[in-house]
Amino acid sequence: MKLAYWPGCVSRGFTPELHGSTALVADRLGIELVELDRANCCGAGVIAEHNQELADTLNARTFALAQQTGLAMMNICSTCQGAQSECQQRLDADSAYRAHINEALSGEGLEYVRDSDGWTNKNFLWVLVEEYGLDRLKEKVTRPLSGLRVGPFYGCYIIRPKHRLGYEEHPARDLYLERLIEALGGEVVDYDGARKCCGFPIVTMNRDTSLRQAGTHVGDALDEGADCLVTPCPLCHLNLDMQQPEAAKLVNRELGLAILHLPQLVGLALGYEPKELGMNKHIASTEWVGDRLSGVPV
Amino acid sequence: MPTEQYTLKVRRFKPDEGEGPSGPYWQEFDVELDPTLSVLDGLLQAKDRVDGSLSVRCSCRAAICGSCGVKINGQSTLACLTQIGEAHEFANRAASAAGSPDAPQDAQVEGADVADGPEPVTVEPMGNMPVVKDLVTDMESTHWTKIRRVTPWLLDDGDPPERERIVPPESMVDITQTIACIQCGACVSACLSMEADPDFIGPAALAKAYRFVGDPRDVESRSRLYDLAQDPHGIYDCTHCFNCVDACPKGVAPMDQIMRLRRLAGHDEDIDDKNNGRRHETAFAKIIEKKGTLDESLLLQESYAQGVKGKLIPRPAAIKGLVTSLPTAVRGVRTGKMRSLPKLIPGVHEKLPDDAQDHVKRLYEHAEEHRTELNLYITGEEEVEPEPDEEELSQPEVSTGPKETE
Repeated sequence: MKLAYWPGCVSRGFTPELHGSTALVADRLGIELVELDRANCCGAGVIAEHNQELADTLNARTFALAQQTGLAMMNICSTCQGAQSECQQRLDADSAYRAHINEALSGEGLEYVRDSDGWTNKNFLWVLVEEYGLDRLKEKVTRPLSGLRVGPFYGCYIIRPKHRLGYEEHPARDLYLERLIEALGGEVVDYDGARKCCGFPIVTMNRDTSLRQAGTHVGDALDEGADCLVTPCPLCHLNLDMQQPEAAKLVNRELGLAILHLPQLVGLALGYEPKELGMNKHIASTEWVGDRLSGVPV
Repeated sequence: MPTEQYTLKVRRFKPDEGEGPSGPYWQEFDVELDPTLSVLDGLLQAKDRVDGSLSVRCSCRAAICGSCGVKINGQSTLACLTQIGEAHEFANRAASAAGSPDAPQDAQVEGADVADGPEPVTVEPMGNMPVVKDLVTDMESTHWTKIRRVTPWLLDDGDPPERERIVPPESMVDITQTIACIQCGACVSACLSMEADPDFIGPAALAKAYRFVGDPRDVESRSRLYDLAQDPHGIYDCTHCFNCVDACPKGVAPMDQIMRLRRLAGHDEDIDDKNNGRRHETAFAKIIEKKGTLDESLLLQESYAQGVKGKLIPRPAAIKGLVTSLPTAVRGVRTGKMRSLPKLIPGVHEKLPDDAQDHVKRLYEHAEEHRTELNLYITGEEEVEPEPDEEELSQPEVSTGPKETE
């Protein structure tokens, strides 16, 4: 499998361990990634609230760069998925608008083409379930995550709004994390926050509301006995992990729950060591996860 | 279509009663009806045949009056708009993924038929509102109070015209989406920001605010925007979670209206709010123009204290924000997460390679010149047809399909 790869900004910024672990896991699974090093930020919904046409143009440019490779595109960030899907929906909906945006791209020799066969941009989670296949992934598991209690945390952008995110073709997209955790041999923790908001988008505008959300979800997962959470969204990771000590103050309780990036959880099951996956770079300690798995032979 | 058996698991609450369970409790009702009938039909059957005291608010049964807002399987919606067969299928698919011991085990494959599972359809009163009894919530203390907060009537220039005010139809098209609101409160029930901050003005009221901000007859648009931008529980308190978009039975997409309000307040009216909303948004856009990808350190600095060329102009609230984010930064340095300079020092982040950054910059010029705003609720989507001149390009060398990727 070969895919055009958009790693997003945060995986190259505050969550470098996401970028690194994706490379290791893709390699082990035989997924060849062609990184789009000229592509630009998706705008994370923020540029769209500044100027909607600008957000659509910037993402059309990324899509056009991916289409130049002749490959479908993969991202590793729920927010990229949502922001890009929103722009793609508008671009695909109106040929005159698309032509207008392509006029801006023509200076670079680029064009975004609506593909009636469905050129796709899929998050790594969707690629694993829909393209790679969980049965095939199971065969690659060398260290089943036996006894590891994992809470899913999706990130809003990858599951909502339903009318935009391909549920007609793939109705279970808001259940993939649970299925993946089980395929890797782990135990799914059912808790209140799995599909709620981490609060990150307003952390610089209303810090209390933002971090109270993160703290509440981490606390709920702990109350249900989770060993860790797993998320396909690095922005959620920033609020749930990097800000966890601050979030703990706002919800007035001790937290301390490991928050894993999606490829880190997959990587553990494929036999990589926590340190290789950059888990030592997290703010909330991941030692407990390593300890739980150390008894499981690779 | 033949009838089917379903179980409704209803969250009940009886206030001030001397007998029976105190506080909220769950009760299951077995009902029998056509799968295409609604959850509301199921509730009314339970009320009719099992327990006449079961309370649910309803009227039109046709998604027009907005009375029967509830949570079905945790999702805020109208009971009359949700088919019981679909709700049953949803409950069982979710249970199978969450590993419920009762769920059918053949449901692990995407699209597997789980409609016959034993999971009940859960029905709860709406969230973010006090419960009066069973499924009836107090809309007055939350929903209607918040609606009144945004001055939900037209503020005209005070001189009544001789006849009606004439406006060109196209100038009203933009607000037809918010006019479609039936005040059911489903978006308020679903709002995740309000869960964390009960004072948040919320999706329904802010959508209503846009209905007047966008109305060409209203003369107070700017002061409305100023008010909503400065309020710490206003437009910049929305976390962009899309829950209200999914909950709305009428396609109002309240979050999209909040983003329109932000666009108008921050850009068109240039309102420098004390919540750092406009600063965050303009700093974000400027960084991508200069660097192509996000420099998080620079974004933090610029959101709180603007001045890319070294002159920091922080505002008092921003200094507090910057200081409170310092412990997080220090922890990042300690674990190695932010060890390298480009990740720590604002402005050191690399820009895109070769001429790519220049091209991104040019896109800004084009988009700033036009500022086209496409609203698919108004314009609709074109039918997807194969376009001959596009087919050549659309054949990928390597498909992502599992067959070809072996």
